[in-house]
Amino acid sequence: MSKISVKDLNLHYGSFHALKNINLDICEREVTALIGPSGCGKSTFIRSLNRMNDLIDGVKIDGEMFLEDQDIYQPDVDVVSLRRRVGMVFQSPNPFRKSIYENVAYGPRRYGIKSRNQLDEIVERSLREAALWEEVKDRLKSSALGLSGGQQQRLCIARALAMEPEVLLMDEPTSALDPIATSRIEELIDQLKKEYTIVIVTHSMQQAARISDKTVFFLMGEVIEADDTQVIFTSPRDQRTEDYVTGRFG
Amino acid sequence: MKEQSVTTGNRLVVSRGHANPPKQEPLQNATNESTDTITNSRSFAHGKNLKSKFTNRLSEFIIEKIIFILGMTSIVILALIFIFLISSGFSVFKDVPLIDFLTGRFWYPNSVNPQFGILPLILGSLWVTAGAILISVPIGVGCAIFIAEVAPPKTRTSLKVVIEFLSAIPSVVLGFIGIMVLSNWVRLSFDLSSGFTLLTGSILVAFMAMPTIISISDDAISSLPKEYREASLALGATRLETIFHVLVPAASSGIVAGVMLGIGRAIGETMTVMMVTGNAARIPTSLLQSGRTMTATIAAEMGDTVRQSTHYHSLFAIGIVLLIMTSCINLVADYVLRRAQKGDR
Amino acid sequence: MKKEQREKLVFSLLTLTAALVVIPTLLMIGYIIFRGIGTISWEFLSAMPRKGMREGGIFPAIVGTVSLVLGTMIVALPLGVGSAIYLTEYAKQGFLTRTIRLAILNLAGVPSVVYGLFGLGLFVLFLGFGSSILAGALTLACLVLPVVITASEEALKSVDFSYRQASLALGATKWQTIRHVVLPHAAPGIVTGAILAIGRAAGETAPILLTVAAFFLPRLPQSIFDQVMALPYHLYIISTQVPGMPESIKYGTALVLLGIVSIFFAIATAIRIRFKMANR
Repeated sequence: MSKISVKDLNLHYGSFHALKNINLDICEREVTALIGPSGCGKSTFIRSLNRMNDLIDGVKIDGEMFLEDQDIYQPDVDVVSLRRRVGMVFQSPNPFRKSIYENVAYGPRRYGIKSRNQLDEIVERSLREAALWEEVKDRLKSSALGLSGGQQQRLCIARALAMEPEVLLMDEPTSALDPIATSRIEELIDQLKKEYTIVIVTHSMQQAARISDKTVFFLMGEVIEADDTQVIFTSPRDQRTEDYVTGRFG
Repeated sequence: MKEQSVTTGNRLVVSRGHANPPKQEPLQNATNESTDTITNSRSFAHGKNLKSKFTNRLSEFIIEKIIFILGMTSIVILALIFIFLISSGFSVFKDVPLIDFLTGRFWYPNSVNPQFGILPLILGSLWVTAGAILISVPIGVGCAIFIAEVAPPKTRTSLKVVIEFLSAIPSVVLGFIGIMVLSNWVRLSFDLSSGFTLLTGSILVAFMAMPTIISISDDAISSLPKEYREASLALGATRLETIFHVLVPAASSGIVAGVMLGIGRAIGETMTVMMVTGNAARIPTSLLQSGRTMTATIAAEMGDTVRQSTHYHSLFAIGIVLLIMTSCINLVADYVLRRAQKGDR
Repeated sequence: MKKEQREKLVFSLLTLTAALVVIPTLLMIGYIIFRGIGTISWEFLSAMPRKGMREGGIFPAIVGTVSLVLGTMIVALPLGVGSAIYLTEYAKQGFLTRTIRLAILNLAGVPSVVYGLFGLGLFVLFLGFGSSILAGALTLACLVLPVVITASEEALKSVDFSYRQASLALGATKWQTIRHVVLPHAAPGIVTGAILAIGRAAGETAPILLTVAAFFLPRLPQSIFDQVMALPYHLYIISTQVPGMPESIKYGTALVLLGIVSIFFAIATAIRIRFKMANR
């Protein structure tokens, strides 16, 4: 079942046409990987899924993007409600200068949850989901900045999960991490797709092949090909996709 | 998916205490052969409707307006300063032509035949400033180089604290020390009849300008990329050569900006000079004479003027002259600094 | 050999310049403490001046300075921090904000006596507040406003964009993001800048000379429309205008003023140091 469907999406940065006529369906409870050479628009696209591009001056978007049955680019859409349903994890780990607990409780608190018990539960659940609970349960009150890079990134995932989003966007979540931390995050993603719809931008084709169900290949702001990961990596229809996945350019 | 909470629009109504026993789902975890489980109870009910509700956005809207008003208030106040000074000062030129005002050699605002020539005052300010710069630039730049390149880290930190404290000392306290101590010293050293001279003012103002010069020059030198230093040393240059042939030239824009801002401070200094320069409104020919600056004139005479008189307006006009002089200095210094920062990139 | 000697000589000269800044400063502070400390007593701090200020204490001047500082803070902090938030977080960046920033930067370098003129013209005369705490505090607030805005803007800008982004992506509103992420990260910088600015305002003389300060007023203010004595102005008066003033009272007053300014300075420095440690 398609969770997000994009119809004729175009995005301009000033006069630069960054995304061209994107049509795409993203399926529920699957991992969709976005690949392509740098500057191809994959990051821009993932940021448009929860309207983070609104923060950048001079961005103009037309077309439609449905989250279930609602077009998120309608003028009366509340981006805050949207982002609560579509969470995001960024390239480099960026925990707030607060305790581990407060980092995870940040979203729920802003939502208006005040009950201590409830927050405790959310924090524990989110940290467990992010496979971080065992490592930090004895030091929830200490600063999040004391964690290692990989732990910080899992904390950022826990922080996003605390809001119980339906969709989790990950923009190159492992690019700042070492191989061991990376593989832990990849295992985590595999677990999380049972509950969440995941869209991940990655510059590593191996990673896309390992963890995703669907793969979308972007080139110069266009979707060249979108299909099952298996198909993209073994028998792509488009020559350019084949050139890219076989490493002939990129 | 959202079975355990009840929604009303976007608002959450919490129903705690697991109405349905939470689904336990073991999570395979790489490092902790784990007892971790996901308690799959939902704390949120995200309304399916994404339409924004006015009530939800109201507080956000109000806060944004409050901040907007605060910002605008400041901007209006700052604009008022320019407008008010100019409107109060310009009316003097109905009585005294601009040229006579700026180049008149006599400042006799209270005589029967009043004369409003501010040349002696401008020159008084310039003499004090020039004297202060002669003292503070070599010392200040030298001190900045010492802090940035020579001093061991602990000395550096304490030096910086002392210099910052120097900038926090009220000018009236410096003026007080000028009266009590420095003026006697100047009188005896130069064998004068009075120690209240432009030089006394210059020395004290130098101390007020130095923190500005030092901290900006120090920043300029310290923020140079490490490679400059290393490359020079690696080529066999001594530390001394590195400092004077590589670092100081590279930081020169920052140092120049620091000196200019120091000059701005010196011209604007009021209380110290008013207390120690003797305040004779005549054209000075030496630093060892008494003299009077523009700032001191405003501070000393404003209390005695008749409101809306020519004298009153002329003091505002002096304020405009000061404003223009310091603005030019500040803007040029800012330009130099900005260009220096761009050059770094 | 010659090279080494020259290097030694130049380094000694550089050390000398540093000494020329620091030693007179420390000597001056030490001298004021040495000459003034004997005067400091409970009576000096809490009594009214008597006999044309030649005896008694400086209580009304202390009260005056404290009330001016409080008034300045109340006006300048919300305005300054609010404006900085507006300029960095809400205003559309462009020609207009650049111009405003340049004007603010410029005003930070305008001599304090010019602010005094402005305060006299606008608050004392035009708005009819007369010489009063209100007029003085508003004038000092205008004086520190550019500094507070600049320092707060610096601090807000130094908060990495990724924090704002992360908070917004969690479904926090813009204000929640500013209130719970941006401001806490920027707080040490804002507070340090504000305290230093206000400490400086406490020692300013020229602006209050034109807008509030009373020569001799041995009673406490009843409302914000009253004139007050103020420490810096009092020091100016007793060291230049009152013949036969005992030196001990002059040094005592200078020491108290220096003490008040030091308190602000110490607090700001402590915050800065703690913050630096915490960041490590």
